[in-house]
Amino acid sequence: MLVSRSCAKRLLASAGRAARYSSTGTSQLNSVTEQDIEYFSKILPKTSIISTLAPISSPSDELNSFNSDWMGRFHGRSTTVLKPKTTRQVSEILKWCNERRIGVVPQGGNTGLVGGSVPVHDEVIISLSNMNNVRNYDPVSGVLVADAGCILQSLTDYVAPHNHIMPIDLGAKGSCHIGGNVATNAGGLRLLRYGSLHGSVLGLEVVLPDGSILDQLTTLRKDNTGYDLKQLFIGAEGTLGVITGVSILTPPQPQASNNVILSLPSFDNVLPLYQTVKRQLSEILSAFEFIDRTAYNLAVKHGQGRALPESETVGAECFILVETSGGRREHDSEKLLDLLESLLGADKPLINSGVLSQSPAEFSSLWALREGVTEAVSKEGKAYKYDISVPLASFKQVVDDTREHLRSKGLLHDKAVKYVLGYGHVGDGNLHLNIVADAYLPEITDALEPYIYEVVASHRGSISAEHGIGAMKTHALHYSKSDVSIELMKKIKAVFDPKGIMNPGKVLE
Amino acid sequence: MRPSPRRLLNILVPVKRAVDYSVKIRVNPQQTGIDTNVKHSMNPFDEIAVEEAVRLREKHKESIKSIRAVTIGPSKSLDTLRTALALGADSAIHVQIPDTAPSPEPLAVAKTLRSIIQKKNAEASGEGDKIDLVILGKQAIDDDLGVTGQMLAGLMGWSQATFASKLEVDEGKQEVLVTREIDGGGEEIRCKLPLVVTTDLRLNEPRYASLPNIMKAKKKPIEKLTPEDVGVDFTPQLETVKVSEPPTRVGGGKVANVDELIAKLKDAGLA
Repeated sequence: MLVSRSCAKRLLASAGRAARYSSTGTSQLNSVTEQDIEYFSKILPKTSIISTLAPISSPSDELNSFNSDWMGRFHGRSTTVLKPKTTRQVSEILKWCNERRIGVVPQGGNTGLVGGSVPVHDEVIISLSNMNNVRNYDPVSGVLVADAGCILQSLTDYVAPHNHIMPIDLGAKGSCHIGGNVATNAGGLRLLRYGSLHGSVLGLEVVLPDGSILDQLTTLRKDNTGYDLKQLFIGAEGTLGVITGVSILTPPQPQASNNVILSLPSFDNVLPLYQTVKRQLSEILSAFEFIDRTAYNLAVKHGQGRALPESETVGAECFILVETSGGRREHDSEKLLDLLESLLGADKPLINSGVLSQSPAEFSSLWALREGVTEAVSKEGKAYKYDISVPLASFKQVVDDTREHLRSKGLLHDKAVKYVLGYGHVGDGNLHLNIVADAYLPEITDALEPYIYEVVASHRGSISAEHGIGAMKTHALHYSKSDVSIELMKKIKAVFDPKGIMNPGKVLE
Repeated sequence: MRPSPRRLLNILVPVKRAVDYSVKIRVNPQQTGIDTNVKHSMNPFDEIAVEEAVRLREKHKESIKSIRAVTIGPSKSLDTLRTALALGADSAIHVQIPDTAPSPEPLAVAKTLRSIIQKKNAEASGEGDKIDLVILGKQAIDDDLGVTGQMLAGLMGWSQATFASKLEVDEGKQEVLVTREIDGGGEEIRCKLPLVVTTDLRLNEPRYASLPNIMKAKKKPIEKLTPEDVGVDFTPQLETVKVSEPPTRVGGGKVANVDELIAKLKDAGLA
């Protein structure tokens, strides 16, 4: 334990720089050479290869966006990015890399938050961005089969004319790929309503490290024939194979949507409010999102959506965004108005006040206050993001305790940690704990870890609710998974990827 | 000291239910109009008008005796009036036309507004109850005709201040100083009440309707009138011949060098 923790600190302090492949049984991986590039040039057109090596010799800045995550926290030193167009090409690349023992990092939209999609060293990056075609769509069953590199928003636009929506929606929808969503088992804003990808993904096409193609791209909703292998790849973060195709069930588009932001005098009211809202709105409730006061103020400060009038925010300790979606506008509005009336008219009201969107523009504007927190945080400073599952009742306590902990370490001031804030999906028990600092500093990291992981473990929570493990949390996996579980995960990894070329240094140490 | 009765202001705010501006407009297959089976909301310029009326009250307190919203439209226009009431109007008037009727044209709308003003002012118990300020959007974003305010001012023989970006009311002098958006800047004009103002984008940013106000709005009175009550014929005077989408944009191409560019420009007769 002690050893692994000090390792962990080193890893985080160097933010992905070091962490040379450790214990997955792969003592040594090889770097890409000019001979490899020559081989790749036979499989792929020149335009699909970016490499600083001869004979391609791309300028190194062309690789920057592939080597770093969007927050600028994780940096790799890959020399080569391959952008295959077909599953066959992916297969040939992997076969070669496996034989040559070259590490491979599958990369989608590179919007992850835990460094799962950037190399830790100089692995080959396989960008799926050129695999972006919809293969098949059945408007009756709503089953969509698409290449892994399709951008979530473009799929949303694709199914919209058929009156369907994607079962997943998240802030990064304009850049993230469906393959990456599946590989990381992304959660997002619709999970409360449509469940996780373990339910909505019906089939996958995966290229295994030895180049064989696992074709499980079925469109069946029921298929109890042996082990459900696709489930292993959902959330494996590219450590078992490269997802190249996804079959996913799209739900019908709600005919009416409403949203409302409620201001609450105290966090203590969140849980009773959640119970009341669930009971009264029942099937039309589609989101129940929590934003604490600090997060709200930051979102407003950085222009993420129009602020609520001051009269509605005075004395509010936190805010709740409630969204309804249903089949009939009049029915939904009536239910929602009844709820709001009973909330405002109660003897001891759970809410201070709130606003109800009156138009699609206001609907988006209210959502922007919640979805924009992520962006506002990165504009404000350097963010330490923890995405944890803890019991609902302890959301605020975790945020407050973390703030006090940092204060006691003398790190809560202008030049260190500026804000500690919480927001997230109350309905899913998922809290986003963000620490906004002036700069990434080793003493802040030391103060936060393993402190936060220990807090989570004490609640029997999860250290990564929906962001994954990536390179950032491998050392902390044991806070959420027992030794038996981790041992079994390592065995599974060895079955699929005996040479350990797939996304090395991620998920498992 | 109580202000003298004549110094009270009564504001009328006409509002229109329009296709929401965030909706992608689609032409119907018959090419007679657009697909209206989409989300609607209050015309954004009218929302600015309601907001301005409410702000005037916040500034001038009791001097603004009443704020009335009015709309002409099908049954669903009631939602638009509720929004106006939730934003702060005191009462509303709904001139209901059949759900299948075509959208009323500006002249008919202006005549309806005149009829309502005349009716309300005839019923008024004193000068302090008469409508003397009409604030409305400079145009509706669905038909973009942008003439209703001007027609109303003409019909009534009132002052008019169009494209307003700032209003300062001097209720003592019965004057309003209005800044108008004109090409290249702003123009200040001083208008005598009664007055018709049309709003431009920069006048204000409308607020969200708060929950308590939405609840109060449910109890505020809405008076229903028919076209017969206002004595206006809504039969269209304009005939829509055909509605079609703009031609789709043809994508550009890449040229390898300047010579090729010049050759292409010459081919196109541009150089």
